[in-house]
Amino acid sequence: MTSSRRQALIFLIALIPLLLLAVIAALNIGATGVHLSAFWHGTTDSDIRVDRIVLLRIRGPRVVMSGLTGAALAVAGAVMQGLFRNPLADPGLIGVSSGAALATACMIVLGGPWLVSGTWGVWAIPAAGMCGSFAAAYLLYLFATRGGVTSVSTILLAGVALGAFSGALTGILIFRANDTALRDLTFWTMGSFAGATWSRIGLLCPFLCVAAAVTARLATPLNALLLGESDAHLIGYPVERIKRLAMVAVACAVGPTVSFVGAIGFVGVIVPHLVRLVTGPDHRLVLPGSALLGASLMIVADTLARVIAIPADVPVGIVTAVLGTPVFVWLLSGAHGREVVS
Amino acid sequence: MSLALQDVVWRAGGKTILHGASLRFEAGQVTAIVGPNGAGKSTLLRIASGLLSPTSGTVTLQGTELNHLAPARLAAMRAMLTQETVLRARFTLQDLVVMGARVSAPRLTGQERTMLAEDLLGRVGLEHFADRDVMDLSGGEHQRAHLARVLMQLEAAVSDKGNAPGFLLLDEPISAQDPARQHLVLDLARKHARRGGGVVLVLHDLNWAVACADRIVVVHQGTIHAQGPPQDVLTDTLAQTVFGLEEGRVQTHERTGKPYILPHDIIFN
Repeated sequence: MTSSRRQALIFLIALIPLLLLAVIAALNIGATGVHLSAFWHGTTDSDIRVDRIVLLRIRGPRVVMSGLTGAALAVAGAVMQGLFRNPLADPGLIGVSSGAALATACMIVLGGPWLVSGTWGVWAIPAAGMCGSFAAAYLLYLFATRGGVTSVSTILLAGVALGAFSGALTGILIFRANDTALRDLTFWTMGSFAGATWSRIGLLCPFLCVAAAVTARLATPLNALLLGESDAHLIGYPVERIKRLAMVAVACAVGPTVSFVGAIGFVGVIVPHLVRLVTGPDHRLVLPGSALLGASLMIVADTLARVIAIPADVPVGIVTAVLGTPVFVWLLSGAHGREVVS
Repeated sequence: MSLALQDVVWRAGGKTILHGASLRFEAGQVTAIVGPNGAGKSTLLRIASGLLSPTSGTVTLQGTELNHLAPARLAAMRAMLTQETVLRARFTLQDLVVMGARVSAPRLTGQERTMLAEDLLGRVGLEHFADRDVMDLSGGEHQRAHLARVLMQLEAAVSDKGNAPGFLLLDEPISAQDPARQHLVLDLARKHARRGGGVVLVLHDLNWAVACADRIVVVHQGTIHAQGPPQDVLTDTLAQTVFGLEEGRVQTHERTGKPYILPHDIIFN
């Protein structure tokens, strides 16, 4: 084993305790002085029972949701960057984010109060987001596919166009929205884990399992795709099938998460780059590394979002953007000594 | 084993690039495809590899149409070095070469792959480069690294499945090489043919084509203009009509008896 490969494996293994550390810290830190120690005290004390409820019902799902979202966005970003051979590719490129945004805006602004608030509202908005994201990704796929061949550059350009169009339609909806809808919509675009519950996580899990199962089979084909589609085909990979699988994986990872927690930027672009700086371009290392680092960073970002303005809950999208921008500039500046390449 | 094209037509952008080409490549033979720029040589090779599906006509490998062969099966039977491979990722040479065998030889162990890759890097003249980043190589080294990957694809399949060495398709494999390395690359191609594999290469240098090929195919304006042993094909008339050279450029070498093209008395104004 070469020294660079050994270094990459050590980094990957070191990400596991980092994630555990992030989880423990996130469970311990919060607006109320609740600590994990509530679990190893007796059960008679009612304060401790309250503490356990806080940990299990509020912080627990939030930590799990933010971890899953961070992992999903980062892995989707890594897959997209490999597929497009473009270091700036973002999980939203295949239309999932814009589709989710438009459908969510439609639901918030046009849906009646009986649909948006109350028991139904909890599910109606994410359900609309999911339908919107899958529909957008599928439309983009149909548009970019001619005679069984999908053009990734068409997806890239059509994805930008779809984003602009959906932005314009969302703008029209915002224009005719009332104050409450406007506020809901604004918060959705900034992302938040405040609505995390175990039942939502339960609904998210099947999609993420599909995404994970598909992504696991994409690691070596994505390596070959870095040589270009022609060479990947000549090496023996079914390139068109791989493109379809990659789109399915990204849609399943990003569509449902974006629908539940809103649009959260930067994680999908930056995390795979950070991992690649250490592991090199091999997707067998980049994909698990992105999942672990993405989860840890999102948990830390959400913990900051919870505590920097107690008792207010800052939208997590603001935190990721504020933390992500300097990292992004640092990556582009080349100060880390290596070029940013896909 | 043979690779056969039957009445292959290729149209793109309203233009017909190939007008019904029929060719047969045999294992154990080196075939050089030559012709002026834009004649359709690379298109022919891309169709023979299965990278392009012909507008009409068929391509068969060992009697089976290419589009009826599963990608993994095809990968074990033919490999191709393209001109346009651009790798913008920091893989090591070792990783790059091993990548060639991922599909064609799935049962080979990691150690077997590593050993074969090291052997191949040695054969293409990059023996101490296994841990180097592909992006740090020169153009010529880069081209030979990809040649090692392409050879890996076929040789690993031979070790894995015990089948005959497949077809090696090389599109201008010496375009970035110095004279000594041009010889090295073409020698590797000949050795592949001597082991029972088929070799088809697109070359621009007619002298190299004559020296290394058993058979020359001349492509001109999208048709097969001539084919056969070098001494039969490369005549002065052909050099004039196809390549637009002056009369008397093609001479016969005293020792080898093969034709060669004389460029050294050309004077630029």
